[in-house]
Amino acid sequence: MMAQHLIKGLDKKNWSISIVDERKEHYYQPGFLFLPFDQYKPEDIVKPISQFIPKGVDFVNVGIEKILPDEHQVVLANGNTLIYDLLIIATGSEIAPEEIEGMKGSEWGKSVFTFYTFEGAKALRDKLKNWEGGKLVVHITEMPIKCPVAPLEFAFLADSFFKDKGMRDKVDITYVTPLSGAFTKPKATATLEYLLKEKNIHIEPDFAIESVDNDAKTIIDYGGKTVPFDLLVTVPTNKGSDVIERSGMGDELNFIPTDKATLQSKKYPDVFIIGDATNVPTSKAGSVVHFEAEILTENILRYIKGQKMEEEFDGHANCFIETGGGKALLIDFNYDHEPVTGTFPIAGIGPLRLLKESRFNHFGKLAFKWVYWNMLLKARPIPFVSAKMNIAGKDYN
Amino acid sequence: MTDFSQWDKGIGDAIAADNSITLSPRHWEVLNYIQTEYKNEVPLSIRKIGKSGVVDIKEFYALFPNAPLKTATKIAGIPKPVSCI
Repeated sequence: MMAQHLIKGLDKKNWSISIVDERKEHYYQPGFLFLPFDQYKPEDIVKPISQFIPKGVDFVNVGIEKILPDEHQVVLANGNTLIYDLLIIATGSEIAPEEIEGMKGSEWGKSVFTFYTFEGAKALRDKLKNWEGGKLVVHITEMPIKCPVAPLEFAFLADSFFKDKGMRDKVDITYVTPLSGAFTKPKATATLEYLLKEKNIHIEPDFAIESVDNDAKTIIDYGGKTVPFDLLVTVPTNKGSDVIERSGMGDELNFIPTDKATLQSKKYPDVFIIGDATNVPTSKAGSVVHFEAEILTENILRYIKGQKMEEEFDGHANCFIETGGGKALLIDFNYDHEPVTGTFPIAGIGPLRLLKESRFNHFGKLAFKWVYWNMLLKARPIPFVSAKMNIAGKDYN
Repeated sequence: MTDFSQWDKGIGDAIAADNSITLSPRHWEVLNYIQTEYKNEVPLSIRKIGKSGVVDIKEFYALFPNAPLKTATKIAGIPKPVSCI
């Protein structure tokens, strides 16, 4: 996205842009939620990265050994070195199941699964095809995770999936979270709590997992609480890339200290960070990257001209949330404003309703796949949707 | 507590008493750490607190039984960890 933005904004005579990425494929990660339920096929959600490299941008298809920010260099896995005048880090976040004792034990891939990777989601799809029921535990290890609402969406979609198969009465669904509830914001709690009762989803809050007992098929927390499972769908600890750890640039979860309003590194002025790799206090979500990209581009152009950074990023995120049965809801929020009811994107008109289930929102979630491949990755603006969150049209009391 | 600027140690003691906890100097070391992380906008988790070098997880549970993160943040006058919704 940043390359697309900057190739338009930078003088080609003075600047060259390189994208360094060891992968050959790019995944539409929101699609991982639908794979286990066979609502998307694997080929729907992966495309070659080469398709998205803008003309005039160099694609260096090699891994990174480490970044040397004091020397303004990136050391590649093949031993070559790239020298930069400006570095944008977009190394994302990954799951690290090995952080929890027993999580990658004998039951991993048998009764313990995650849908937070392409392979994991496919394996879970194969498991669910023939699973005959029992205790389904949907679990979050610790915060922050990317797409924080996806585990709850999974629980909602599982409820519908088993209802459609005529076996919902054979499945007991428990949602286990380190937070104090499935919903943690006041307006969302008041508006959406009915979903948990309606779908008969039990909540086990304040659960800080210590280990997985593979023999007893139980998760155990540091306080000694236990939750037994027949099928555990977990979101393991999310960490930034190992490259960040090797470079000594991150916190204990490998997320990089980033100015939350300018997106500049707190330590290195010629380094900027975007997406999951930052430590900014908003959700790790795709829409956040889209809004960050617009603002980061302007700040980079200011930086190059020797101008002051503008503190413009407000933590804006906009996310569709599947609630099962062909419905979804939409939330729009930022650093200072929780999700509330209202109309989006046009105040008073919509056509989308915020924090309210609708079939129209579900179509919006599905349409987002097209928007992602054809607009977001190509740095095209979305009509009527500004980078900064719009307060108009929202029901703040 | 909805406004951290209104917090003081007396309020902390009162909230602790409501949770059947009498605050010792050791409790305050942990509470001070939590408040510092909050001021720096660093999100907290049990594992992070355990790796902080201030307290380990076993002792954290001993100091603030049951749901230690929820209890300690309540006593410290800061919002409990939250998600987007």
